[in-house]
Amino acid sequence: MNLTSAPAARPEVLREPVSSASFGIVEKPLSIWERITNQGWVRKLALLVVIAIIWEAYARQLDNPLLFPTFSATVTSFVKGIFGGDLFSKAITSLRVLLMGYAAGIGCAAVLTVIAITSRIGTDLLELLTSMFNPLPAIALLPLALIWFGLGTGSIVFVIIHSVLWAVSLNTHSGFLSVSNTLRMVGRNYGLTGLRYVARILIPAAFPSILTGLKIGWAFAWRTLIAAELVFGVSSGSGGLGWYIYENKNQLEIPNVFAGLFTVIVIGLLVENVVFRVLEAKTVRKWGLQS
Amino acid sequence: MDRTKTAPDAPLLAVRGVTLQYKTKDHLVTATYRVDFDVLRSDRFILLGPSGCGKSTLLKAVGGYMKPIEGEIRLKGDPVTRPGPDRMMVFQEFDQLLPWRTVRENVMFPLRSAGRLTRKAALDKAMEYIAKVNLTAFADNYPHTLSGGMKQRVAIARGMAMEPDILLMDEPFAALDALTRRKMQDELLALWEGTRFTVLFVTHSIPEAIKIGSRILLLSPHPGQVKAELDSLPAAASGAEVTALEQRIHAMLFADAIEETVVEPAHA
Repeated sequence: MNLTSAPAARPEVLREPVSSASFGIVEKPLSIWERITNQGWVRKLALLVVIAIIWEAYARQLDNPLLFPTFSATVTSFVKGIFGGDLFSKAITSLRVLLMGYAAGIGCAAVLTVIAITSRIGTDLLELLTSMFNPLPAIALLPLALIWFGLGTGSIVFVIIHSVLWAVSLNTHSGFLSVSNTLRMVGRNYGLTGLRYVARILIPAAFPSILTGLKIGWAFAWRTLIAAELVFGVSSGSGGLGWYIYENKNQLEIPNVFAGLFTVIVIGLLVENVVFRVLEAKTVRKWGLQS
Repeated sequence: MDRTKTAPDAPLLAVRGVTLQYKTKDHLVTATYRVDFDVLRSDRFILLGPSGCGKSTLLKAVGGYMKPIEGEIRLKGDPVTRPGPDRMMVFQEFDQLLPWRTVRENVMFPLRSAGRLTRKAALDKAMEYIAKVNLTAFADNYPHTLSGGMKQRVAIARGMAMEPDILLMDEPFAALDALTRRKMQDELLALWEGTRFTVLFVTHSIPEAIKIGSRILLLSPHPGQVKAELDSLPAAASGAEVTALEQRIHAMLFADAIEETVVEPAHA
């Protein structure tokens, strides 16, 4: 090791900053193209168009409408089904049952998580129930539901509640647990207790997780609903989308089957990209909880 | 309702023989042992000590977040039993503001939820205190768009707007850079000149204690016990006086530095 002596004294350096006028851009607006491509929905729309073109090209080359109808044929039967046929009323029927089950599921989840957050035994109950029932496919409960609630909306709502409840509770609860200790202390400093504390502090602070739970719950509810309708078909005279798909398959109206699936996809896209997106923009993004 | 309340010379906050303990995963830690002190109205009272002296724990006990296992804490003669808006806390962490509320709403929220003021009155009061910390231009911003120093100023405005009996500050400037920190210290003193609020301030920085405090309580570590209670210097004190007091405090705090153990409690 070669130890050097302290460096010799150096002269001071003093400078004046150059005026910004002499070196061009300090800040300039982005070009229109950059601003357009910065919009997520524009990029997604472009991707959708590409997917539709690939579909159309492949189906034309295959040329077998019984196996795989073209995109244009699907859209045609979709439009025909919506305006002339009963696709619209089936979709409405499905959505009504779905919303009933979804709302009831969220209500149950809210009760369960509030119990879980306010007591230790409640936490144990939630953890136990979730680990027991979350892996259980909702469809596996359908035969039982049919015996308990009969052939009708009640059974479907029951299985949808089952599929929503655990996903939403699990996410909400883990969101509550991850609320920072400082925020909890702030809430108590304000003198908030009980439900007011949950509503004013815990729910907004845990909103990113709650939102994730709501999204997963929504997807689970859709899957369960369509599957349940496929299995047990018509209820009280007017079936839903699952029944529509099943019926048209039996009649070998494959473009209609695709139109039914297409409806599920369109509703899914709308809910995810409009409803949840707006909810996100108005909450977690605005608050800086999620970028 | 309480006799002590009306006595003119009664302290605003009386801490008597307070022993505090908390549990970590596998230890029962005694944070402070039989601590006594009195805070008078308009005091700038500093709890000063090295880490592990239980000063933050003591502040939490005054805030009502934990109960002493021995001794008592009385605010205006009434024992402290739970957290409440008569003892507003300013924390060290920047995440103490509610991210889902703007600066204005953050300051208004406790005013409204305490149910003391109408919406209009709360708004006026909030804007008055936001102006005091020079953040009027940012009243409609969400906390995540503010710098660390600005967030702490909002937290101070929120605490002061409640006009609590005592403002509890837990190393509020510790997470700030040195320049911002000095500026905030000056601003806090200017605010105090304007309203003469009572503040209980925790710090581990000796210069900060001398600069901010009017009275300084020195605590020794493991567990925290009162080592001394001194008057601080007036703002006009000369640099030599400040240095002398700094050295005196330093000598008192670190006289037994050798014995200091390395056990760090989980939330000192």
